[in-house]
Amino acid sequence: MTTLENATIGDDTVRPTRDGKRPPWMEKPGPITQTLKFIVLAVAVALVIVPFWSVIATSLADQQTINDAGGGMVMWPGSGLNFDSYVAVLSGGVVTRAVLISIGVTLVGTVLSLAATAGLAYWLSRPGALWSKPVLMLVLGAVLFSPGLIPSYLVVKEFNLLDSLWSLILPVLINAFNVIVMRAFFQELPKELFESAAIDGVGAATVLFRIVLPLSKAVLAVIGLFYAVAYWNAFFNALLYIQSSEKWPMALVLRTYVVNQTTIGADQAAGEILPPQLPLQMAILVIAIVPILLVYPFLQRHFAKGVMIGAVKG
Amino acid sequence: MVRFNSTREKTAEAPPKTVTRAQAAPAARRPRITRDRLLLVALGLPGALALVGFHYVPLLGNVIAWKDYQPYLTIGESDWVGWANFSFLWDGNPEFLNALWNTVILTIIQTVLVFPIPLALALILNSLAGERLKRTLQSVLYLPHFLSWVIVVALFQQMLGNAGMLNTFLVQNDLSIVHIIGAPELFKALVTSQVIWKDAGWGTIIFLAAISRIDQEQYEAAAVDGANARQRLWYITLPAMKGLIILLLILRLGSSLSVGFEQILLQQGPVGLQASEVLDTWVYNNGILGGDWGTSAAAGLVKGIVGLLLVIGANKLAHAFGERGVYQK
Repeated sequence: MTTLENATIGDDTVRPTRDGKRPPWMEKPGPITQTLKFIVLAVAVALVIVPFWSVIATSLADQQTINDAGGGMVMWPGSGLNFDSYVAVLSGGVVTRAVLISIGVTLVGTVLSLAATAGLAYWLSRPGALWSKPVLMLVLGAVLFSPGLIPSYLVVKEFNLLDSLWSLILPVLINAFNVIVMRAFFQELPKELFESAAIDGVGAATVLFRIVLPLSKAVLAVIGLFYAVAYWNAFFNALLYIQSSEKWPMALVLRTYVVNQTTIGADQAAGEILPPQLPLQMAILVIAIVPILLVYPFLQRHFAKGVMIGAVKG
Repeated sequence: MVRFNSTREKTAEAPPKTVTRAQAAPAARRPRITRDRLLLVALGLPGALALVGFHYVPLLGNVIAWKDYQPYLTIGESDWVGWANFSFLWDGNPEFLNALWNTVILTIIQTVLVFPIPLALALILNSLAGERLKRTLQSVLYLPHFLSWVIVVALFQQMLGNAGMLNTFLVQNDLSIVHIIGAPELFKALVTSQVIWKDAGWGTIIFLAAISRIDQEQYEAAAVDGANARQRLWYITLPAMKGLIILLLILRLGSSLSVGFEQILLQQGPVGLQASEVLDTWVYNNGILGGDWGTSAAAGLVKGIVGLLLVIGANKLAHAFGERGVYQK
C-alpha cells in the first residue's frame, strides 16, 4: 500500500549512485560492519534459494536417491536427471487438467481485467468526463473497505456463478488500486497530445487506442503482469466457488496433493508404474512455480524503471 | 491507499489554460452530453459495472446480518431477527473470543517483529556500493512475494516438516527430529516466519524509494562536519523516513484485524482451531462450512467497520503528531 504520490513513473527505485562508487566523503566501512552485512545478506539469499533448489532436485530424483537420503528431500538428484514425475503428472489426469484450466483462466482473466481497468482509468482520467466524479468516489471507496466474505459469496451464488470458472474472473475483474495507478499514469501524459487530437476532431476511442495505450505500454505491462500473477495464484476464490474437481485450478491441486498430501494415484497421473509420491508432489510444486519464474524477469525490468513503486500493495 | 486530495488531481480537474474562465466555468459545471462523451463512458462502463456488481452489491448483502438467512430461501424471504446475530459480541462466545485473541496476538507479534525487518534490510542494501550486486540481491529477495500462499506453505512443509529437509539432515546426523509443522505451540512462530520469508524482501522496495529521495548533499555536508555513518543514519536517514514509517504503521493498524487468512486456513488441519483460529477463518469456518450465515455476516461486518474506524482514528493520531497520514482533511 502506498500513496498516489508514490505512483510516479520513471522514478528510479534505487538511484544509481554516481557510477556505483562510494562518494569521496564516505568512509570505508570497517571489517566488522562489512562481515555482518555479508552474513545477513548471504543468509537472506540462501533462505530464498535453498527451498527452490531442493524442490527442483527432489522432483528430478529417483527412488534410490530418495531412499538413500532417508526418504525426505534431497539437495542433489543423484545419478542422472529423471523426468518421470513430470511425464506422469503432465500426460493426463487431474494435474494436467488443472494446468490447462489455470492457463486459460489466467489468459482470459488478464485480458479482460486489463481492458476493463484501462477503460475505466481512461474515463476517470479525462478532465470534465461525464459522471466521472461519483465513479471515482466508488473506486476510492473500494480501496478503503471490502464487502466481506459471506455477502461476496452470496452475490456470486445469486449471479449463478457457483462452480463456474467465471467465478474466478468476474469478482476480481477490477482491482480498484490498479485503476488508480493507471489513471495517475494517464494523467501524466502530455496535455498537448490531447489538445491537438481535440483540434483534429478525433473521438475518445481513437485517442485511447492511437495515443493513450501506445504511450502506456510500461504501465499496461506491469499491471497486466500483476493481474496475471494474481489469477495464476488464486486460491481462496477457487476454494470458495469451485465445487467439482474437474474444474480445479492449480492452487487447489497443490493444496490437495502437496499441502494435504493426498495420495496421487492412477486417476491423477498417467503411466504404467507411478514414480514415488515425493518426486510427484515436487513436480506439481515446480509446475506451479515455473510460470511465476518465467514472467519474473519481465516484472523485474519494470522494477528498475520504478513503475512498481506505485503498485506496492500490503 | 490513496491520498484523496493530492495536488495533481486538482490540476487535472482544472480547465485547460487556453480557455478563458468565463467560457470554461459553465462547461465544467455541467458537461454537455455528446456522442463522444458517451463513448468515453461506454469505454469505462464494464469496469465500473464489475466494481458495483462485486463490491457494492455485496455491501448491501450485509443485511443478512439482521436476518435468519437460510440457503434455500432468498435474502428477501428470510426472517428479520433484529440484533440476535450480533450476540457473539456480548454473550462471551468462546470461539469468537479465541479467534479475537489469536488475531490480536498475531497482529502484535507481526507488527513488532516483522515491521522493522524490511527497514533494516533496506538500510543494508542501500549501503552497498556496487550497483549490480544491489540489483541482483533485490531480484532474489523480491521473488517470494510473487508466490501464492499455497506454494509458500508447501515449501515450508518440505523444509521444516517431519520428512522435510531439516529433519532429514538431523536424522542423518543421528539427532532427534524437531516437530515444527503441526505443533500448536509453535504455530504463531511458524506463521510469522512465513510472513517474513514471503514479504520482508518486497517490503524493502518502499523504504529504498524513500531513501533514494533524500537529498545526497545533506549526507555530504554532515560528513564534512564530521558526522560518522551511524550519526548520519540516526540524524538524516531515519528522520527523513519518519513520515513513511508512521504511514505504514497506520495502514498496519487499519488492517490489524486481518492476519494471514489464506495462509492460516491452509494450515489449520493438523494444528487445531484453538491455536490457529483467527477472525477471518472463524467467519469462513462458522459461516460457509458451519452454516451459521447470519452470525458470520455480522462478524464480518463488525470487523470491517472496526477496521475502518481504526484507520480513521490512527489517521487522526498521525495528524496530532504533525504527520500527513493516509489522507488529509
